[in-house]
Amino acid sequence: MRKLACLLAMMLLPGLVGAAEENLRLMNAQTDLSDKASLQRGAKYFVNYCLGCHSLKYLRYQRLGQDLDIPDELVEKYLIWGDSKISSPITSAMREKDANGWLGAAPLDLTLVIRRRSGGLDVDGGADWLFTYLNTFYRDDKTATGVNNLVIPNASMPHVLWRLQGIPEPVYQRADGDESSKQRKVVGLKMPDGGGALSKAEYQRMTRDIVNFLAYASEPIQTTRKALGLPVLLFLIVFLAIIYLLKQEYWKDVH
Amino acid sequence: MKPEGADLRRRRLLTGAAGVVGGVGVAYAAVPFIGYWQPSVQAEAAAAPVEVDISKLEPGQKIDVDWRGKPIWIFRRTQQELDTLPKLNDLLRDPHSEIITQQPPYCQNLPRSIKPEYGVMVGICTHLGCIPLYQPKPGSVDDEWLGGFFCPCHGSKYDLAGRVYKGVPAPLNLAVPPYWYPSESRIVIGEHQEKGGAS
Amino acid sequence: MSDDAKTRGLLGWIDARFPFTKLWEDHAAKYYAPKNFNFWYYFGSLAIFVLVLQLLTGIWLTMYYKPSAAQAFASVEYIMRDVHWGWLIRYLHSTGASAFFVVIYLHMFRGLLYGSYRKPRELLWLIGMAIYAILMAEAFFGYLLPWGQMSYWGAQVITSLFGAVPGIGEKLMIWIRGDYTVSDVTLNRFFALHVAAMPLLLVLLVAVHLMALHEVGSNNPDGIDIKRHKDTNGIPLDGIPFHPYYTVKDMVGVVVFLIVFVLVVFYSPTMLGLFLEPENFEPANPLKTPEHIAPVWYFTPFYSILRCVPDKLWGVVALAASIFMLFLLPWLDRGKVRSVRYRGRGFKIALAVFVIAVLILGHLGANPPSPGRNLVARICAVLYFGYFVFLWIYTFFDLEKTKPEPERVTNGSFKWLWEWIQQQRLGKTKPEPERVSPK
Repeated sequence: MRKLACLLAMMLLPGLVGAAEENLRLMNAQTDLSDKASLQRGAKYFVNYCLGCHSLKYLRYQRLGQDLDIPDELVEKYLIWGDSKISSPITSAMREKDANGWLGAAPLDLTLVIRRRSGGLDVDGGADWLFTYLNTFYRDDKTATGVNNLVIPNASMPHVLWRLQGIPEPVYQRADGDESSKQRKVVGLKMPDGGGALSKAEYQRMTRDIVNFLAYASEPIQTTRKALGLPVLLFLIVFLAIIYLLKQEYWKDVH
Repeated sequence: MKPEGADLRRRRLLTGAAGVVGGVGVAYAAVPFIGYWQPSVQAEAAAAPVEVDISKLEPGQKIDVDWRGKPIWIFRRTQQELDTLPKLNDLLRDPHSEIITQQPPYCQNLPRSIKPEYGVMVGICTHLGCIPLYQPKPGSVDDEWLGGFFCPCHGSKYDLAGRVYKGVPAPLNLAVPPYWYPSESRIVIGEHQEKGGAS
Repeated sequence: MSDDAKTRGLLGWIDARFPFTKLWEDHAAKYYAPKNFNFWYYFGSLAIFVLVLQLLTGIWLTMYYKPSAAQAFASVEYIMRDVHWGWLIRYLHSTGASAFFVVIYLHMFRGLLYGSYRKPRELLWLIGMAIYAILMAEAFFGYLLPWGQMSYWGAQVITSLFGAVPGIGEKLMIWIRGDYTVSDVTLNRFFALHVAAMPLLLVLLVAVHLMALHEVGSNNPDGIDIKRHKDTNGIPLDGIPFHPYYTVKDMVGVVVFLIVFVLVVFYSPTMLGLFLEPENFEPANPLKTPEHIAPVWYFTPFYSILRCVPDKLWGVVALAASIFMLFLLPWLDRGKVRSVRYRGRGFKIALAVFVIAVLILGHLGANPPSPGRNLVARICAVLYFGYFVFLWIYTFFDLEKTKPEPERVTNGSFKWLWEWIQQQRLGKTKPEPERVSPK
């Protein structure tokens, strides 16, 4: 039943059907920075699954704890690995030099990935991009990692979460419907029997949490920023009223 | 343009209101610009308490620790050195550490420390901010010297509890930072003991 | 200082040693500005407001910013995250940069609309254009400082333009960069220019601009000279003292501007990628060019003109010419009247076409080129230059059919509507059709 649902959902994602990487329609990550539980889960997933390679070097553990309502003791207990201090930035255990040797390129620091990928749509664009990326790995034996991705074709990153999600099989279509053509493209993804440890919904919730957390990390101040805007605006409107009346009063002189 | 039909009272009132509200606005606008000068999170993190392992510190030894960019001395006094302290009282400005700004209350005692053996002090001369030298050997500074700290800049002298001698330029005893012992062999410098109640 | 009122006390003491009261009177209390300024006349004072805002926030940013290739990007994020209120100061500055250009472009458009560059204000216009040129340099130097991908490659592309200069191009380009590519050295010198040299020049030129303005007097939406009708004291009948009438009116403008500004700063500081581009959230990487390099929106019209010319040297020439044409306006336009209100239909159409061409060029410059877009850009570039050529022919050969200018300033196109509303509200029935007639 779950399999069927997965398959159906995957086939129904219209953006993925006929997905050339340029016009891939992104899935909606529905980020919500006020959802502290989701952000906390996201932080935990990030530390467990991503921090092995990717750092968040512009964010400090302590700041994360304060913003996500996690007491310092719990941050130290559950989120800090190795000898990092609570006031340290969230750096990866992998050293850059090693990374260059192992992977050919150092894995990106992910602090700003959401803003970098925002594509002119503020935070949401970047979140959708990353969410889609995490949800569109598929089996491809021609790559070194054994997987490929619809968002970043030939990505050098392996599908780290494959045990949880399973590895979707691509549905190919020959270009222009010509069966003899060597050009083929992925038109859909379907989950093989068995899948992963998580159901599709669970996996989507997990990746959404990670994306939500990274959306927070890209600009930790954004909630405060938006909250502060309203009082400032209200003040300016009151001041405008007074200044306008004063102007009208003076301009009664001018005929 | 002539102020004939002008309501001067209303005009004054509105000018006053604009001035007050505008002033409030300017004051609020100044908040970020003033707050910006506060130590940043990074500076605060760097100023955080430091924990030091003293298990390897032998009697007669001294180590320097950096806390908030200041040198903090941790030195271990021998029993002979501790015995010299009461003999010096007459030669000192503030033998009983009565100037309370120079040490936390729990260090207002003869050796000016929590455990008599271990001295913890900010190694900055209270005269003009030089770093005094550790001279534990009797007779090393002058013939009557029983061990202590000597500032080479202007000749200020302190005993091994950091108490300042009379007749030298330095006015105050060396400062003792807040500190506590989380365990037998560890010292946390930069905060008072809060958990455990004995602050 | 006026003869009739000698100042006393502390002010008198100061006035005997420094022309404080004289300056105040010359530039505010007894500077008589035409009473019919409309919407378009807010942007001069707003430009000064934004300049002060930029100087203040800019000085504050330098307190934590590190002008080195290794630290610049991280120091900006440090300001955004670890410095108290750093995010607000930085967003004020980045939004202020775009706001500066919005305000300056509207201010310049006002000049085109009402012929403010015409005699006797040619020099005033030239000084203003110099301010605009310095402002572009200021913005360009400042854009490198965050050391993001777009910063880096933008600087790389623009400094490469100097390579197009025949003969010395290559050497000139290396001299400007101080290295064979844009590097730490370039960043350091751009920092010096951005925070010291250009701001000094800007402040100086703004002061000179104001002095020139107050020497010749302000133009107005009717484009007529208010000094032709003076009262017995020699005060223009249509003039009102700048202070308090325009200080209080400009305050209204400043607060309205702030409301819009604050909306952007607090709710969309990247302005959907227009003010802070997504690519710039990635640190500069000299080995990887972004897929598409575009300047910030305020440069895109000129960038379009540069790009649509299929030759490096001539592209640069076209770019330079497109800005230089604006300098020439006072001598190209020989029309009999200044204000658009009394100019011929040809002028109105030409100005509208010019504005549309600039907007299209701006849009194209922000997008990757394609054959179709290049064609449109070329047409718009021709229309852009065509405006200046048309203006000269139109006025030099006296083809323009102007409307008669009024003797005294008028209330403008929509003032009657406001007055009508006012009258309805106050229940006044007193008909006052000739409000502009001398009293």
